[in-house]
Amino acid sequence: MHVGIDLGSRTVKAVLWQDGAIVRHLVAASGLEPHRQALAFLAEHPSAPGVATGYGRHLLQQHAELGVITEIKAHALGARQRFPHCRTILDVGGQDSKVIRLDRDGRVASFQMNDKCAAGTGRFLEMMSVSMGYGLEEFCRVAGATDQGAPINSMCAVFAESEVVSLKHHGTPPDVIARSVHLAVVGRLAAMVAKEGFGDHLVFSGGVANNATLVSLLERELGVPVLVPPVPSIVGALGAALHAAAR
Amino acid sequence: MSEQSFQVKSDPALWEKLGMDVARFSGMPAMLTQAYRTIFLSQKNRPAAMAYFDGMVENIHTGRIDELMAVKEKGKPVVGTFCVYVPEELIVAAGGACVGLCGGAQGSIADAEKVLPRNICPMVKSAFGFKVGKICPYFQAVDLVYGETTCDAKKKTWELLDRYVPTHVMEIPQMKRERDKRLWLEEVQDFKVAVDRIAGTETGFDEVADAIRTVNAKRAALQRLNSLRHRSPSPISGRDMLLIQQIAFYDEPVRFAGKVNELCDELEKRVKDGVGVVPASTPRILVSGTPMALPNWKLHNIIETSGAVVVNEESCIGTRYYKDLIDEGATTVDQQLERLTERYMKIDCSCFTPNDDRIDQVLKEYRDSGAQGIIDYCLQFCHTYNIEAVKLREACEKHGISFMAIESDYSPDDVGQLKTRVEAFIEQITG
Repeated sequence: MHVGIDLGSRTVKAVLWQDGAIVRHLVAASGLEPHRQALAFLAEHPSAPGVATGYGRHLLQQHAELGVITEIKAHALGARQRFPHCRTILDVGGQDSKVIRLDRDGRVASFQMNDKCAAGTGRFLEMMSVSMGYGLEEFCRVAGATDQGAPINSMCAVFAESEVVSLKHHGTPPDVIARSVHLAVVGRLAAMVAKEGFGDHLVFSGGVANNATLVSLLERELGVPVLVPPVPSIVGALGAALHAAAR
Repeated sequence: MSEQSFQVKSDPALWEKLGMDVARFSGMPAMLTQAYRTIFLSQKNRPAAMAYFDGMVENIHTGRIDELMAVKEKGKPVVGTFCVYVPEELIVAAGGACVGLCGGAQGSIADAEKVLPRNICPMVKSAFGFKVGKICPYFQAVDLVYGETTCDAKKKTWELLDRYVPTHVMEIPQMKRERDKRLWLEEVQDFKVAVDRIAGTETGFDEVADAIRTVNAKRAALQRLNSLRHRSPSPISGRDMLLIQQIAFYDEPVRFAGKVNELCDELEKRVKDGVGVVPASTPRILVSGTPMALPNWKLHNIIETSGAVVVNEESCIGTRYYKDLIDEGATTVDQQLERLTERYMKIDCSCFTPNDDRIDQVLKEYRDSGAQGIIDYCLQFCHTYNIEAVKLREACEKHGISFMAIESDYSPDDVGQLKTRVEAFIEQITG
């Protein structure tokens, strides 16, 4: 039995790995003291060795006997477990987006992360949905239900918001604006993926992969299947658990 | 030196005399003390000869300034520069002091942004801010600043800086053809005239020959140090090496070379005894790219607190400053200036086109230093290094070298993200 914890910027994820399968998992909002939730999960499995990843990995290490790996390695391990032949992984979380290229044996060959801003991250989508007055799920649904889009040029969350305001004031329907925001994010992510290179399919992990509209737009943009695991947010935590098991 | 006894010194009376904003500056020594203790003095097993360089940091705003003021009182030139292309030999020949001016701190950027646009190089903004905010004793002490035309942000900032301190500009061509060399040589000749004018005497063959020997000796000492540092296990940390290379720009050259050689003697013994600052198994990183001016220790600190060691800086504050020496065989002043120009033309800044020599140089240093990966460091808005990273990445891919490009500034807000990237890069090279 092994535990993997992914202490992300917006959510805490935990996975309990036993006999080659996920027997339990947790996804919860980070809140003010994200490590407390992780510690509670660990306390329930006191004998299971654990590994932490995510932004809070070093914080957690101060509170518990754990190994640490980066999100890059964790997502590489987790994605390979779900899709044994994958070579390119796109992970989009609350605060950053990354593209990871693996060699044939699953080792990280190269990776890219977004610059220090919210562009192309879950936080960007969240902010845009709030400014439109939508909940996240509804935001995704209405964007998927139309086929019209208007260009949004800025990828800065602050400037994009003013573009959204200006579209609103020009009478652009809300569903079209929602789709436009999705298209802008897809454009950004596809450029990152293309820069790193991809083969005949792409694995998409992280909380943002729950957004079905984004997934289908990305698939159309890249022209290859985009594979999403059943619970995409826990891929990092799964990778951490696998690393614990391999140690 | 122990963490507790280290203290960056203060001298408000001196700062007052220099026309500084004393009230504002008086908080600086305590901040620097704190940062230095955390980043440098917490390291284990530092070479004993680092004590001299710790002392240089303690005296950075006091003792060394007193020395520069003494040079000035003798009527000798004190010249501030921003680039390894400005020939310090000619300042030394005139009995003066050359000071590489500071531009590595976030603290002065807000001052600069009152005048300059925000979206330009942080080094240029930081330096300009130090002057307009009157918070750099070196800037206050110099007779004049000698700028150059190596990038657009600098070139245009000099026009504004001239309002606060006399700023001369040396034109550095952007190609290395014969006609560019002719222009360059004329610029060097003009520079000599400008420096001699402050001293009030024309320096002759002997003074220039002495100065060339002096600065060659300083560069040779740094070469010796860097090649010792390439050994495994690393006998000295990347942070300490970066610091020494930064101090090279404001210390007195003869004393500095002597102290570097003393350190080399100690490191030679370490190498012989197999003593390192980190175990031989520690992942070894070469840093290439844009300069890290004092007190920019951000990337080195991230790398070395993530379990790796920096084994080489392919940078202006690094090998670009000392990899080439001036041929000492000239028999006339004209020849001296020509040999000097030839040496400076070998510096492979990305502002030149083409600049493929630099790619070869990075690969050479990668092999020499026994590095296992390259992190290319690019200051934000440094277009030439940023674009040249494309070619560097291609060369690394061709040679199977792990490579990662980082673009950053002085603000602390991307430290978490950088730490993740650096740790992932270390995971990548260790498998």
